[in-house]
Amino acid sequence: MAGNKRPVALFRNLNAKIAALPMITTVLVVFIGCTLWTVVYSFTSSRALPMLNFVGFDQYTRLFGASRWAISIKNIAIYGCLSLVFSLVVGFVLAVLMDQKIRFENTFRTIFLYPFALSFIVTGLVWQWILNPLGIQKVVRDLGFESFNLSLLTDRNLVIYAILIAGLWQGTGLIMALMLAGLRNIDEEIWKAARVDGIPTWKTYVFIVIPMMRPVFATALVLIATGIVKLYDLVVAMTNGGPGISSEVPAKYVYDFMFGWANLGQGLAASTVMLATVLIILVPWMMLGGRPNKGKANG
Amino acid sequence: MRYHLIAALSASAAFAGASFAQAADLEVTHWWTSGGEAAAVKILAEEFNKLGGGDKWVDGAIGGSGNAARPIIVSRILGGNPMGATQLNHGRQAEELVQGGLMTDLTELAEKEGWASFIRPKSLLESCTFEGKLYCVPLNIHSWDWMWTNPDAYKQAGVEPPKNWEEFVAAAPKLKEKGIVPLATGDGWQVSGMFNVLTASLGGKDLYIKVNKDKDSEALRGPEFKKVIQALADARSMADPGYVGRSWNEATNMVMTGKAGGQIMGDWAQGEFTAAGKVAGKDYDCLPGLGDHPVVESGGDAIYFPKNKDPEVTKAQLKLASMLVSKQTQVAFNLAKGSMPIRGDIDMATASSCMKKGIEILKNPDNVIPSGDQLRAPDTQGQVESLMGEFFSNPDMSVDDMQERFAEIMESAH
Repeated sequence: MAGNKRPVALFRNLNAKIAALPMITTVLVVFIGCTLWTVVYSFTSSRALPMLNFVGFDQYTRLFGASRWAISIKNIAIYGCLSLVFSLVVGFVLAVLMDQKIRFENTFRTIFLYPFALSFIVTGLVWQWILNPLGIQKVVRDLGFESFNLSLLTDRNLVIYAILIAGLWQGTGLIMALMLAGLRNIDEEIWKAARVDGIPTWKTYVFIVIPMMRPVFATALVLIATGIVKLYDLVVAMTNGGPGISSEVPAKYVYDFMFGWANLGQGLAASTVMLATVLIILVPWMMLGGRPNKGKANG
Repeated sequence: MRYHLIAALSASAAFAGASFAQAADLEVTHWWTSGGEAAAVKILAEEFNKLGGGDKWVDGAIGGSGNAARPIIVSRILGGNPMGATQLNHGRQAEELVQGGLMTDLTELAEKEGWASFIRPKSLLESCTFEGKLYCVPLNIHSWDWMWTNPDAYKQAGVEPPKNWEEFVAAAPKLKEKGIVPLATGDGWQVSGMFNVLTASLGGKDLYIKVNKDKDSEALRGPEFKKVIQALADARSMADPGYVGRSWNEATNMVMTGKAGGQIMGDWAQGEFTAAGKVAGKDYDCLPGLGDHPVVESGGDAIYFPKNKDPEVTKAQLKLASMLVSKQTQVAFNLAKGSMPIRGDIDMATASSCMKKGIEILKNPDNVIPSGDQLRAPDTQGQVESLMGEFFSNPDMSVDDMQERFAEIMESAH
């Protein structure tokens, strides 16, 4: 056959390519197609039903003029930064403590990982009860501290931290488990070598172990970051955005306008801005993140 | 159980044999879940099942407030999985679903039974009408413009129970001294609803219409309207911090048990008082129009019938529609729910003194104002609700700031 000498690139690994077709179609239609649809309709004045009457940047002007959106952005920034830092730090420290060959390690691991088995809705409700004036506050007051005041949920400046606490309680266990697996993967010989060289333990962790755990940190980072962007159900269960609009988040803005208040255009504009923000952070990170893997393959 | 099943089977078989028709299960979605509401919806279900023919009421209660339920209802209809019938507030919530041809046309039935001759006020049917055709059945009239007070709470604090908003504000410090919350409320729609009541009751019907319907810039930025916003600022200082996340019936319960002095809430709160066995005039007082301007809103609940493919469902829908406006259903349902009936020709002698006050006010068309749902699209409602929430939770936000931003929202409303 003519093609025998120079097989067409398209037909190389044909089976694998056929097997990948459904996924490729899904990506093209569902992810890229729907994303394009979202962006296009964010420039229309669609209300309950999608309609193609373009209004330019009107939806975006309104979006950036809305104080509710500004509050949502501020909240997600606070929640995002703090949840990223605390999840990684607390998760890593817990994993290190757990790695000291302690007794009952299994028990502790189970306890720390358990909250992750609960949905955000349950987490939110539990913490709402705990932080409710009849929860911790009442217990401490009954112990005799009459003036004790814990108004996290009703104080509009503090409410986002209450959500942060609940979020960390739920998610840190998983990060800890990941980190622990990473620590266990470090070769025992490296520890021995470090000890022979007389390097203090903390230095070994910071300068040797952590750089070696880079892939684990990358995984943890992705998990935490998607959790931040998705933040919705925890807020709905805990405060429903209140007091007033003090604990609103972008995902809730999108949902409320699209489904609750029948303004598709406004909701889609907000979700387009969310997508753009994620891309702005993600693209440079992926470009940077690509390099070490290549380096590894070469070395 | 088994006998019931056999009986039901043989009954439906007999019926099918007689008329070659099958009975339909009619799923009805609604968000009537509090004590008084659940009692009222049970009456509807029983009445419908009693009609015979084998049609069955399948209850599709959705928990949470209307804000939680509406998205579910609307997306089911849009997604091609319509229920048999659904509650919505009459007004602009279903506007686009009707435009999209997703609702069953009830015009023929309404003309045959002469609905226009007994349903009052006229605006009820008007807000169900689109391009000359009728698409929903008004079920009741719910008026927001009420304040519910507990006279005992005021006696405890050593003041006269208030007869209007001004006295209510003046008595607040005395109540606070006794550890009683002057104003019980929740957040979200409860605050924006309260603001509408303040507009109509303190500003009067003219201001209410100018602000909400005409979206008149001068009125929106004027001194009269500023007083209304000042009243909301007063309300802000009278509420307790626990209002966050509180549902309306919890707030009503605070008034009932004397933990709070009063609550501004629609007449559905009356259903809670009735369900708890409280007597109007003795255990609680009601001030229509906050005792200042007696007005009632002509909003309320309506039942919409999304188009279904199954002709049996359509038949059952029309049967339910006809039942909902019937005299018997209107009396029983509204007594349980504490709302006012949509027809003026029925005997409401057993109603409480509060409801009779409301029916009396309703007789004069000058006292009737359109509801917020009738005047504002959900999009505007949402923006207003966000703004109210921000103002109510932030004591630093000034009245002027609020007035300016409210005016901006109304001026850009479609």
